[in-house]
Amino acid sequence: MFETDTPTVQGRRALLRACLAGAAMAAIATTVRAVDAPKDATVKIDNFTFAPTPLTIAPGTTVKWVNEDDIPHAIYCQGLGLRSHPMDTNDSFSHRFDQAGVFDYMCSLHPQMRGRIVVQG
Amino acid sequence: MDTETGLSRRGALRCMTWAGTAMIWTVAGGIPRARLIAEAEAASGGFTFAQISDSHLGFDKPANPHTTDTLAEALNQVKALPEKPAFMIHTGDISHLSKPAQFDTARQLMAGTGLVTYTVPGEHDILEEDGKSYLNRFGKGAKGDGWYSFDASGVHFIGLVNVVNLQGQGLGNLGHEQLEWLEKDVAHRSASTPIVVMAHVPLWMVYPEWGWGTGDGAQALSYLKRFGSVTVLNGHIHQVMQKVEGNVAFHTARSTAFAQPAPGTAKGPGPMTLPAGELRQHLGIAQVSLVSVQAPLAIVDTPLI
Repeated sequence: MFETDTPTVQGRRALLRACLAGAAMAAIATTVRAVDAPKDATVKIDNFTFAPTPLTIAPGTTVKWVNEDDIPHAIYCQGLGLRSHPMDTNDSFSHRFDQAGVFDYMCSLHPQMRGRIVVQG
Repeated sequence: MDTETGLSRRGALRCMTWAGTAMIWTVAGGIPRARLIAEAEAASGGFTFAQISDSHLGFDKPANPHTTDTLAEALNQVKALPEKPAFMIHTGDISHLSKPAQFDTARQLMAGTGLVTYTVPGEHDILEEDGKSYLNRFGKGAKGDGWYSFDASGVHFIGLVNVVNLQGQGLGNLGHEQLEWLEKDVAHRSASTPIVVMAHVPLWMVYPEWGWGTGDGAQALSYLKRFGSVTVLNGHIHQVMQKVEGNVAFHTARSTAFAQPAPGTAKGPGPMTLPAGELRQHLGIAQVSLVSVQAPLAIVDTPLI
């Protein structure tokens, strides 16, 4: 029983070491990716205003608009031909900006609400 | 009467004035009510129709979690009017999110009055399928995005759509095609024909900073200048506002759903949550009567309580 168990215990230890090493490497890799990859950004809609605006982001960033108003809003960016669904309270809409540039947008229901996303590499 | 238009007093009498000036405001129990000076005369025998607006069915936020109930209450008020109105108009934002169930519930409740209802869309009614969800239910026989006209009791009614392709600053927009149609629609009518225009966003500049006005509204009104009596009925701003300019009386109706702040008194024009018990003072219906000048027209706004 012992003879048969011993190699198993050793094998488990080896496996554990390998797993820990792998996990550590994965953690490092994740850390590197997190540093390199642009963070996602959020634009809040409250009281008929977008905030923050202008919002400066790196290419590849996903911007998420969250409607915190008691009235629906919809994002429309003519430059990108981008149009969201009407967002009711607490609904959101996301879009990933890959190209550098300045993108003005507005609420298609309340065009007096204006915002700007600046994508710079 | 009005030297600028060159209308004689007799002419004005002939075309039957619809003017907000015939109303007086009284405050009873803290509730302002628009009433006629000769309300009893106005209420007897003329042609009347009822206006409701901004029912926002589907809205369930703290400003009013019971919009179906308050619409039903408003419609009960219409049913209880001493003079049965010829029909009813709804000046837009029937639904909150253009959902089929919201439209269908509103239609069912409005049909319960036994009155034909003429509607114009608000911006909340065209959120789905490019407005087809609205047009399929309410746009039968309408042109373009839902505009139309009809005649009743010698009055020419015009339903306009000013919520499509909203322009910079958020102002209402009629657009070239609709304006062209309007010009032709009224071109051959006698100047003595009373005109009633219905549209969701006010045709006049109530408060442009909040988009409470129509960018090309002045052009539409220029086609109506020669008429002796023009009444413009709007919704959108969820409160009563009136203005008389020459022969044109402008009037906005209360909502049946929730109140909005007076222009410039809040950060934005969103729904106003009121202290318990105050909501119904800000909701209501309007009754419009066509009467002779001796007991002039008018619009009687009545809150739900």
